[in-house]
Amino acid sequence: MIEVQGLAKYFGRFSALHDLQLDVSEGQFIALFGRNGAGKTTLLRILAGLSRPSAGSVTIRGFRPGSQDARGFTGYLSHNTALYLDLTALENLRFYARLLDLACSDGDLETRISGVGLAGRAREPVRNYSRGMQQRLAIARAFLHDPALLLLDEPFTGLDREGTELLTNYLDEARSHGRTCLMAIHDAPLGYALADRLVVIEKGMVALDLERKASTLEEFQGRYRDLTEEC
Amino acid sequence: MDMTKQKKIDALLLGILLIGMILALYMAFLGAPRERTMGDLQRIFYFHVPCGIVGLLAFALNFVASVIYLIKKDRKWDSLALSAAEVGVMFFTIVLVTGPIWAKPVWFVWWTWSPRLTSSLVLWLLYLAYMLVRGYVPDPERRAVMSAVFGVVAFLDAPIVWFSIRWWRDMHPSAMIDRGGLDPAMVPAFLTCSLVFLVLLVYMIRRRLFLESARVELERLERAANLVR
Amino acid sequence: MAGKVWAVLRKDLLIELRTKDSLNAMLFFGIVVLVVFNFALESLRDSIRTAVPGVLWVSFVFSGTLGLNRMFASEKENSCLQGLLMVPMDRGVVYLGKMLAAAIFMFIAEIVIFVCSLIFFNLTVWSEIPWLILVFSIGTLGFTAVGTLLSAISVNTRMREVLLPLILFPVVLPILVNAVEATNIILNGPDYRALKLPLAIMTSFTVIFGTVSYLMFDFVLED
Repeated sequence: MIEVQGLAKYFGRFSALHDLQLDVSEGQFIALFGRNGAGKTTLLRILAGLSRPSAGSVTIRGFRPGSQDARGFTGYLSHNTALYLDLTALENLRFYARLLDLACSDGDLETRISGVGLAGRAREPVRNYSRGMQQRLAIARAFLHDPALLLLDEPFTGLDREGTELLTNYLDEARSHGRTCLMAIHDAPLGYALADRLVVIEKGMVALDLERKASTLEEFQGRYRDLTEEC
Repeated sequence: MDMTKQKKIDALLLGILLIGMILALYMAFLGAPRERTMGDLQRIFYFHVPCGIVGLLAFALNFVASVIYLIKKDRKWDSLALSAAEVGVMFFTIVLVTGPIWAKPVWFVWWTWSPRLTSSLVLWLLYLAYMLVRGYVPDPERRAVMSAVFGVVAFLDAPIVWFSIRWWRDMHPSAMIDRGGLDPAMVPAFLTCSLVFLVLLVYMIRRRLFLESARVELERLERAANLVR
Repeated sequence: MAGKVWAVLRKDLLIELRTKDSLNAMLFFGIVVLVVFNFALESLRDSIRTAVPGVLWVSFVFSGTLGLNRMFASEKENSCLQGLLMVPMDRGVVYLGKMLAAAIFMFIAEIVIFVCSLIFFNLTVWSEIPWLILVFSIGTLGFTAVGTLLSAISVNTRMREVLLPLILFPVVLPILVNAVEATNIILNGPDYRALKLPLAIMTSFTVIFGTVSYLMFDFVLED
């Protein structure tokens, strides 16, 4: 589904990504690990089409990321919620539904809002929500169009326990529906539990690429530690 | 880029310039006839106007380079756009300085809101704004895109500015009129100066481009060095 | 596509209706500028009507710039723009929606500022009003057509909103010159036939920069 070849992204003197190679098949669930500044966010943003590569090629189902086709089946969630604080949850979703050409009634949207544990608070301005609640609504917003490719950048950061459970269930369900997912995550056990494949990005390149089945959590953590310590 | 070939071209241009400048000075001060009403002061025209023309050419080059950059995203077009803009601003600064020098003895005012001078001022401000945009975007790739967009806007604006000011002047005429037309006897001097300034434009843009290309290359080397670390 | 432009526009109008952030600032600033001009132009007190077109448009431009600054500042909060960029639609939709929102806010501010100027400078205008509305509208559209693009540029620089007036004012000079002249023609004569040229220039400006901004908007938004 995703083919990344020789991907590079420069910010002046600094290379965020350098000669990155990655192939992702449909339905795979990848947990992206790496230190801060290793390039996980940059990679996800490029896949989402929010950032242009400096060099190399990226295709998603043959399309260029950021093209209208690619955007149609991609959903992106970062720790920025992209929610309008002065609108209610319902208004936020209604706005996106209209832009996405989704024929959702208010009832449908309210169901989704309840689905992320915010039942009864759909008509409150998002400004009144706690951080965890906003993050939950952001999940509903980012995946409103049920995209085939889910890109998540440290989605569990800032989530309360209820939110974490919710997102885990959501991701499990997405996986069972054959959705593809790339998720940057810090929490190794959680990432290990959710993913099929574990990828470590270090210094802008893929440093480690393991099938989850091929390694135990401890083995993986050990290799991860070695990688990030020796550099 | 073949370094020796480039150096040879630059040396040739410099040679032409040195001779050309001396020739231009001769033509402007001794070759051309003395103007009837303004006397020798009028000779500033031979520098004031060619600088304006050449400055405009520089801005046109910036426009073309900006458009090509937006299409191809090749850094060298951005370097060219920057070089052209900077040199253009330099030439327009000369226009804006020589304008008042010319105006004061003739019209007894430092500044005339004549269409040409006013348009020159606005154009100068537009490209200073271009430099401002460049100055405040730290990331080189983003900087290139933002300034290219602004470069396109600025150049498309220029003719509209010119028309607007011309028409405004028609509505509010002043006693000071831009002298149009050129006595045939003055043409050789004018042409000589124009050509020499054209060569100066090419030379300066080339030098600036060289500097900028070196900077881009340095950036690339630093990037590679940072990777190894 | 028109539906989506309307959705973006409606969203901005809705937020503004709730917070009134932009409009309050724009109105307040515009009126303050009028007051300052009154003191600045004290010597013209008897013939103030001749200075009014210039005063009005300076006030409009300052006020409009405030509005344009708010335009993208509000999208930066929570990276809302990111959400918009992920939607599979022509990104020009965002440009049109934002431009129209900015134009509407600016127009509302202009009406209020204009009415205040009638009071402050003791002017009577009745038959001139339809013409004034025409000039204000076209001027505003031209201003926001290019202002929206430049606002998107400036908000992504280190100086953020501070850069916008610096890069905007030279570019919108043609609008300013022609709008002031057109307003002057309406208020102080000679006759309306002279309006043809300034209106034509302002309209061309709007069309040219509206199109160019629409086409280049995508470049400015992406990272």
